[in-house]
Amino acid sequence: MRFGLIMSEVGHGLRRNFSMVVSVVLVTFISLTFVGAAILLQFQIGQMKGYWYDRAQVAVYMCTSLSTDGNCKLAEATKDQKALVEAQLKSPAIAGLIKRVDFENHDQVYAEYKAQFGDTTGSDFVTPAFLPETFWINLKDPQQADVIVESVSDLPGVEQVKDQRKYLDPIFTALNAASFTAVGVAALMLVAAVLLIATTIRLSAFSRRRELGIMRLVGASNRFIQTPFILEGVIAALIGSVLASAAVVAIVKFFVQGYLGGQAQDTPFIGMSDALIVVPILLVVGAVLAASSASFAIGRYLKV
Amino acid sequence: MIRFDQVTKLYKGNARPALNAVTLEILRGEFVFLVGASGSGKSSFLRLVLKEESPSRGQIHVLGQNLGGLTSRKVPFFRRNLGVVFQDFRLLPQKNVFDNVAFSLQVIGKSRGFIQEAVPDVLKMVGLAGKTNRLPHELSGGEQQRVAIARAIVNKPAILLADEPTGNLDPSTSAGIMTLLERISQSGTTVIMATHDAGIVDQMQRRVIELVSGQIVRDERQGGYQTQAIPLQGFGPSSMPRQNLGIAGQAEEAIR
Repeated sequence: MRFGLIMSEVGHGLRRNFSMVVSVVLVTFISLTFVGAAILLQFQIGQMKGYWYDRAQVAVYMCTSLSTDGNCKLAEATKDQKALVEAQLKSPAIAGLIKRVDFENHDQVYAEYKAQFGDTTGSDFVTPAFLPETFWINLKDPQQADVIVESVSDLPGVEQVKDQRKYLDPIFTALNAASFTAVGVAALMLVAAVLLIATTIRLSAFSRRRELGIMRLVGASNRFIQTPFILEGVIAALIGSVLASAAVVAIVKFFVQGYLGGQAQDTPFIGMSDALIVVPILLVVGAVLAASSASFAIGRYLKV
Repeated sequence: MIRFDQVTKLYKGNARPALNAVTLEILRGEFVFLVGASGSGKSSFLRLVLKEESPSRGQIHVLGQNLGGLTSRKVPFFRRNLGVVFQDFRLLPQKNVFDNVAFSLQVIGKSRGFIQEAVPDVLKMVGLAGKTNRLPHELSGGEQQRVAIARAIVNKPAILLADEPTGNLDPSTSAGIMTLLERISQSGTTVIMATHDAGIVDQMQRRVIELVSGQIVRDERQGGYQTQAIPLQGFGPSSMPRQNLGIAGQAEEAIR
């Protein structure tokens, strides 16, 4: 009985304020889409970090006869120097951090170089002697790269020790900036959404002030009076949240997996399971924001 | 039933109190007229009883409850024991007579069965049995006020507050409304009616409480609109030093 009465009040309010309700729906839709996009970007960053860091290696470049960098003095690294590096990598303090070590001599490095850059101009001038022999080190935990870099870079015959993770940092910085931008836009839009919901509910309460006055007079409980208004805000915001969720799922399905996945096939992209984590977050955020701003807005009419 | 202890009500931005140290007691089943000029504090009195306002000083007890100790959560439940009628009826224009009365029961969670029984009963009592489906604008002023009274008493309140219920009505319609209020009073409901209608007060000969500038200047059993205990003509600032004025004389002066 009372539930039916409350729902009919809600329906009445939604119809009466149709244009305001539509604007609440649109604003929550857009703001929550940005929230969802920000969360997806963070997922994407996490995924790429995991993928690339696993593949990122530490490279120990040995001296060539043409190099003066690092510990090199225009002399090719000797057998002993290479053995020393190998021994250092096998020492108990360091061996525990390392998954695998591969050594590439001049010819192997040259072959790889040819495969990657063979068709660029100038590549013909490069001979195997130009390219340093290299130890490729795969780490168990990529975060520990600095330990390897420090322990090996002072050894004689070592030109340079390079942590490949450093090459990836600018990409992650850019993605992080994008996700913070999305969060910023989302925050602004959410403020607009909250204010709009509050205004809509005030308007709705104002157009029903006669009923509200009589309800207060005859002793309708505060909860009974405010529930229809809060539900009105929550329903409008939930419609917006559902649209935003659909947008997030569509972005993942058609843009990320469809378009980006087709363009860059060896890059790991977020999938549907990530989108489905975002959906309940958006629904809850939408409902909670609407409920709190609506109950704040209606509070003025309940003052006794 | 209603007790005021040294109640003072100050509104913000107004140094003069709307009610000033008012002390009174109204008993169960009494019929009380509240008279006084506009701005004398009648409406403030009614609003305090309803706990629409809280007193600045003093204590109010209604139906055995100290209103100062009533949390805002409990106020609605307290109000279910009170009925209120206004000069401007305050009906819902888009609801018919039955629904206007039923609305006040629906919103306090009464069952459909109770409403189907109580509303026709009370409409019959106020003399609107044949007009349950009319909209407010299809009724005369007197009939609209009867709907408002029906709405106020349908939940059988212990106290009925009426703020100038006949203010918009012609004398014969007013008389009909007064007959109805008297009948409600006879059934045991305490009725407090603020009014300017001298004819009605004089005719009914009930308890009269007169307010002037927020103070009770008269509280008479079976009084009239103006006091008959002290002739007013002899008093006044021209004929007497001010400090010698009787309380009714002060009242008279204030009215001037």
